[in-house]
Amino acid sequence: MEIEIDGKMAQVPDGSTIMDAAQQVGAYIPHFCYHKKLSIAANCRMCLVQVEKAPKPLPACATPATNGMRVFTHSELAVKAQQGVMEFLLINHPLDCPICDQGGECQLQDLAVGYGNSASRFQEDKRVVFHKDVGPLISMQEMARCIHCTRCVRFGQEIAGVMELGMANRNMHAEIMTFVGRSIDSELSGNMIDLCPVGALTSKPFRYAARSWELGRRKSISPHDSIGANLTVQVKNGVVLRVLPRENEEVNECWISDKERFSYEALNSPARLTRPMVRVDGTLREVDWNSALDYVAHALKDIVATHGGESFAALSSPQATLEELYLLQKLTRGLGSGNVDFRPRRRDFSNDGQLGGIPWLGLRFSEIKDLDAALVVGSFLRKDHPLFAQRLRQLAKNWGQVSMLSVGGDDPLIDLHAQVTVSPADLPLALARVVKAAAQFQGETIPAGLDSVEADATSQAIARSLLERNKRAIFLGNAAEQSPQAAQLHALALELARLTGATCGFIGEAANSVGGHVAKALPTALNADEMFAQPRKAYILLGVEPELDCYNPQQAVAALKEAALVVMLTPFNDGAAREYADVLLPTTPFTETSGTFVNAEGRVQSFNGVVRPLGDARPGWKVLRVLGNLLALPGFDYDSSEQVRAEIVPAGEGFVGGLSNDLERGAWLLADAGEGLQRVTDVPIYFSDPLARRAPALQKTRDAVAPTARMNADTLAAIGVTDGVPVRVRQGTGEAVLTARFDETVPARCVRVAAGHPSTAALGAMFGAINVERA
Amino acid sequence: MAILGAINPMLSVGLDGDNAWRLADYVKRGGYVALRRILEQKLPQEYVINEVKKSVLRGRGGAGFPTGLKWSFMPRSFPGDKYVVCNSDEGEPGTFKDRDILRYNPHSVIEGMAIAAFAMGAVRGYNYIHGEVWEIYERFEEAIDEARAAGFLGADILGSGFNFDLFGHHGYGAYICGEETALLESIEGKKGQPRFKPPFPASFGLYGRPTTINNTETFASVPYIINLGGEHYLEAGKANNGGTKLFSVSGHVNRPGNYEIPLGTPFATLLEMAGGIRGGRKLKGCIPGGSSAPVVPAAAMMDCTMDYDSIAKAGSMLGSGAVIVMDETTCMVKALERLSFFYYEESCGQCTPCREGTSWLYKVVHRIEHGQGRPDDLDLLASVTGNIMGRTICALGDAASMPVQSFIKHYRDEFAYHIEQKKCLVPVDVQRAGSGFFTATV
Amino acid sequence: MLTSESLKRIDREIAKYPAEQKQSAVMAALAIAQEEQGWLSSAAIEFVAGYLGMAPIAAYEVASFYNMYDLKPVGKYKVSVCTNLPCMLTGGVDAGEYLKTKLGIGYNETTPDGLITLKEGECMGACGDAPVMIVNNRRMCSWMNPEQIDKLLAELK
Ligand SMILES: Cc1cc2nc3c(=O)[nH]c(=O)nc-3n(C[C@H](O)[C@H](O)[C@H](O)COP(=O)(O)O)c2cc1C
Ligand code: SF4
Ligand code: FES
Repeated sequence: MEIEIDGKMAQVPDGSTIMDAAQQVGAYIPHFCYHKKLSIAANCRMCLVQVEKAPKPLPACATPATNGMRVFTHSELAVKAQQGVMEFLLINHPLDCPICDQGGECQLQDLAVGYGNSASRFQEDKRVVFHKDVGPLISMQEMARCIHCTRCVRFGQEIAGVMELGMANRNMHAEIMTFVGRSIDSELSGNMIDLCPVGALTSKPFRYAARSWELGRRKSISPHDSIGANLTVQVKNGVVLRVLPRENEEVNECWISDKERFSYEALNSPARLTRPMVRVDGTLREVDWNSALDYVAHALKDIVATHGGESFAALSSPQATLEELYLLQKLTRGLGSGNVDFRPRRRDFSNDGQLGGIPWLGLRFSEIKDLDAALVVGSFLRKDHPLFAQRLRQLAKNWGQVSMLSVGGDDPLIDLHAQVTVSPADLPLALARVVKAAAQFQGETIPAGLDSVEADATSQAIARSLLERNKRAIFLGNAAEQSPQAAQLHALALELARLTGATCGFIGEAANSVGGHVAKALPTALNADEMFAQPRKAYILLGVEPELDCYNPQQAVAALKEAALVVMLTPFNDGAAREYADVLLPTTPFTETSGTFVNAEGRVQSFNGVVRPLGDARPGWKVLRVLGNLLALPGFDYDSSEQVRAEIVPAGEGFVGGLSNDLERGAWLLADAGEGLQRVTDVPIYFSDPLARRAPALQKTRDAVAPTARMNADTLAAIGVTDGVPVRVRQGTGEAVLTARFDETVPARCVRVAAGHPSTAALGAMFGAINVERA
Repeated sequence: MAILGAINPMLSVGLDGDNAWRLADYVKRGGYVALRRILEQKLPQEYVINEVKKSVLRGRGGAGFPTGLKWSFMPRSFPGDKYVVCNSDEGEPGTFKDRDILRYNPHSVIEGMAIAAFAMGAVRGYNYIHGEVWEIYERFEEAIDEARAAGFLGADILGSGFNFDLFGHHGYGAYICGEETALLESIEGKKGQPRFKPPFPASFGLYGRPTTINNTETFASVPYIINLGGEHYLEAGKANNGGTKLFSVSGHVNRPGNYEIPLGTPFATLLEMAGGIRGGRKLKGCIPGGSSAPVVPAAAMMDCTMDYDSIAKAGSMLGSGAVIVMDETTCMVKALERLSFFYYEESCGQCTPCREGTSWLYKVVHRIEHGQGRPDDLDLLASVTGNIMGRTICALGDAASMPVQSFIKHYRDEFAYHIEQKKCLVPVDVQRAGSGFFTATV
Repeated sequence: MLTSESLKRIDREIAKYPAEQKQSAVMAALAIAQEEQGWLSSAAIEFVAGYLGMAPIAAYEVASFYNMYDLKPVGKYKVSVCTNLPCMLTGGVDAGEYLKTKLGIGYNETTPDGLITLKEGECMGACGDAPVMIVNNRRMCSWMNPEQIDKLLAELK
């Protein structure tokens, strides 16, 4: 189809609008309600343009382009219409841009300048709109500025999958609000701030912190989940004041999660560690870097000399940079130890050594929209991977069939094709049912070990969706990776993939879940679990807080307390580490170092620091390099993180090679489902990493309420308690008193107790038996 | 008496009061003969659509769009469900004809909808009924039950294999739901906010399915068209204006009420049927097609015949056939103020020019009426209406603007007087006497 | 929250729409809830939303859009007077004034005994019978001259 815009010809496909065509030829048409990711509302009327032969101006955003159409975006008719609309928008809008938080980045302000200040013809009283309190993240203090474009409402309905904001009332009293005083709880809510073209929805933590023009804009990469969202970090006087999404259609599109947006508050936290500390006579004392590093080097050397290299272990967070992970494993191996890992929340490592390559997503994020069917196994999807969930939500909305096998019935806000919620111990069985159904449909021999498994109707529905049509994918989520039967689940998923022709992959727990493999931060001796189960003499911990980040915090902390030397590389000094660490080395968070994350699809994304390190904090890679030097290990002469990276991935490579989810074994045995009450553990979105845990605004959200013991009605009755009653929860040697909560989505004979929070840190493994009784 | 008067009646034949609305009465009057004939003789869908085309039945809801043509837009071979929807939301000030059709002759609407559904292959229908006329909604529900029990609705109607079911849906106080796409949104359980068109309901209507929406009176006319034949129906009116139409006459007449007359009947005849102006006073102006239509001054109005073309020539619209008669006791500023308030109040609030513009218009007219007018207010009003018209999602923006433009155009002196003298040209006690509230007997 | 009688009526409304379009019954359900409880509390709106599987704010949008829903308590009787132009011409505004004087309240106010709330309504589709008023959204009163209004008020107790 060919259409002419201001004399320029555009070729557009059927179904395009005038706006699409204009964007193609670079003609700017003013607009407010239109947004490329949202449905068309055509309510602001700012985009009125002249169309040849049309008697009235037409909204470019909503008017279909037709072949041979001639459009004039700046003709007298068009401009008059646009001016008229602008006047209407301004009559009730406060004209106090200088004191508006949106000043300088307001689309209304920008356009109003171009259309002159014609509001003076309006001599009546302006509309009064009351402010609303919708929680700690979004300010709705100045709703008189709202221009009713409904972008925020449509975002909730269409992208976040939950309608929390609506436009109540009608006529000029129409008003954006939540349902009677409710807060906005979506994990994607902050995007509404970006979408709001005026200063009606603004960032509460950022409010009046700075004017937009005072801010420096730096590129960065999100250090949280495995998506690797691209960020713009805004700084003033060396302080990060705001984080915004940086559009990358292939990765995060134009969105980021609230965790990514608001975690920055932790960067400026008073809990930041700014000087090295060493335990002297039982107390941690600030020392200078030389003394601290000398101390560490000597102590390590001594221990290794006395007890051998294997007495040392190193554990990193999967959110460390590629360079840090690489140097940590190099240092460990240099000390003669094979005990290095970056997967603290894992339990089952039996597939290590069987992997056909680096486990990954199995496809690119941008391919998700083309899937016909997807199966997600073992994931608290919406909270673990908000943007990934968002992509599946869009898929389900269009034509794809999305199914889930999960251990918690949280509503993913996806229009699911089928959902099965089971006890964690039964997750392999649930997956095996689908495998069996698929084998039966395909007329293949039933895989060994699955003879007695019965495929029920739901499993068949899932299997069938994976067999029909073209592109299908199976995704293993965090709970599947953290499961004590992770290896089984992996093998079953592979078999299902083989039977159905679907891809199989891991969504990945964190920013560098793929990168850790690339950096070879993997054990050749003790893994992340064994290194605590069989306590070592000395540990280096990089960015992990074991009491919150480990599969079995009880076991980890016990080992650390017994160790002769615990060295922590951490940006913070307020954790439980103060009890067991001997040395705290202040390392920098992602904004103060350069580094690389490899996201779940294998995409290599390097970034630079956006501000100078706080106090005496130093980038982790530099600390490890100096330690390497002090320990006189070979190959630690780097001048830059780029040099480190060059040793790991070839320069200029967009994606890492060697990605594969294959296993070198095909057989498995279904383990017996566990006895007694089973623990279901989620890692709530704002407990999941050291930054989120220390971001004050995030900690005030509903997602950050302290953990409870959630059970269905039968389980509550069996224990003899009701909702709201305190219960004693015990695992191994540890216990916690929590409030019992009724939650019908928790599977039978299970108790859901979150990890990642101090109140549950005394407990044991994330999965397995748990004891609950009335407190 | 249901309909106060008629010339060559069709819709109002045999309606002699509140007791002849039941199925049996309707059947006695020849009801359901048309539907039965179509189904028993297996007449093709095209036949029905063609008869309606030949009748030149023009939509009675306001826009006067040819019904047969509208029906022909429905995609024939659409794989899923299609819908017919009846618009009985009748909220246009001055209009109260659909209420009487549903009150006295509900089965004519049911039969018309069933025939329409047959012609367009629709499986389901809804009648959206103005919430304020609750007893009409209840009666229609009863009538549906009667029709279903008698086999005129439901599965396999009259053993023909044709399935069509019909349900009532009530409004609850929103004029905008008379706009057809707002009405669809409302049936879907949402706010009544009009949709941008295209796509039109014929391709994306109720629940996203092809849908045809017609006014109550339009559907009610269909059985008569089938019975009489399209040509005869056309002849009952005048060229390009087929059939008879109900006119709701309100305001300063002796016998306000509904009158059925052939299109093309002189306004003077209608006025006479309505008993003429109260108290022998003089006509000042008339809104011939519901409050959204431009006002027409007395002299021009007296020259009109009541049909789409003649009224259009007089610079107004036949609209829904609501004739609001204003005599010389009317203050035109006050009249406009009330209308402007209505549109301000009823704007759905969705699109900028209407949401902001209608409130601006009302505030200025209100100021003028309350003695705070400014010399440039009339130009301002003209300019603001110009910025609303043709720039909104639905026609409410235009509907709000046309009264303002026409009142000022025809009664500019009265507005100017108001602004200068800060009071009504028609003394307040004269206005009050005109209303007859304290004097009239029923 | 609602009586089983009301729920039965709501279920009957739901049955009018395709199975996956429960939300279509929201207007009827809100009307039924209001009929039972006299007005629509946020608890009632939330209940209806839950019953129909919609977001509470979506139900609130509906409840606040259509003006026959009362989001605040009203008197035992709500009297809505049409004052739109056709009614105004034949006494609608006067009828409203008459009621105000008689009851000693203004529009959107309730008599001190909680008996009557007065509202100004929009066109009720009955202009030929002007002045018209509606009691409790259900009962239309036509040709309301002073005598008729007095009679009505005497009846509403
Ligand atoms: C603001 C507005 C209000 C309307 N109100 C009504 C109404 O109350 N009844 C009606 O039948 N049509 C009304 N219409 C017209 C409808 O949109 C639609 O054109 C009509 O129902 C089609 O039926 P018809 O072709 O049989 O006339 C209204 C239109 C607008 C823009
Ligand atoms: S013109 Fe008015 S009523 Fe129509 S869509 Fe726009 S705001 Fe709503
Ligand atoms: S951008 Fe087209 S109407 Fe708002």
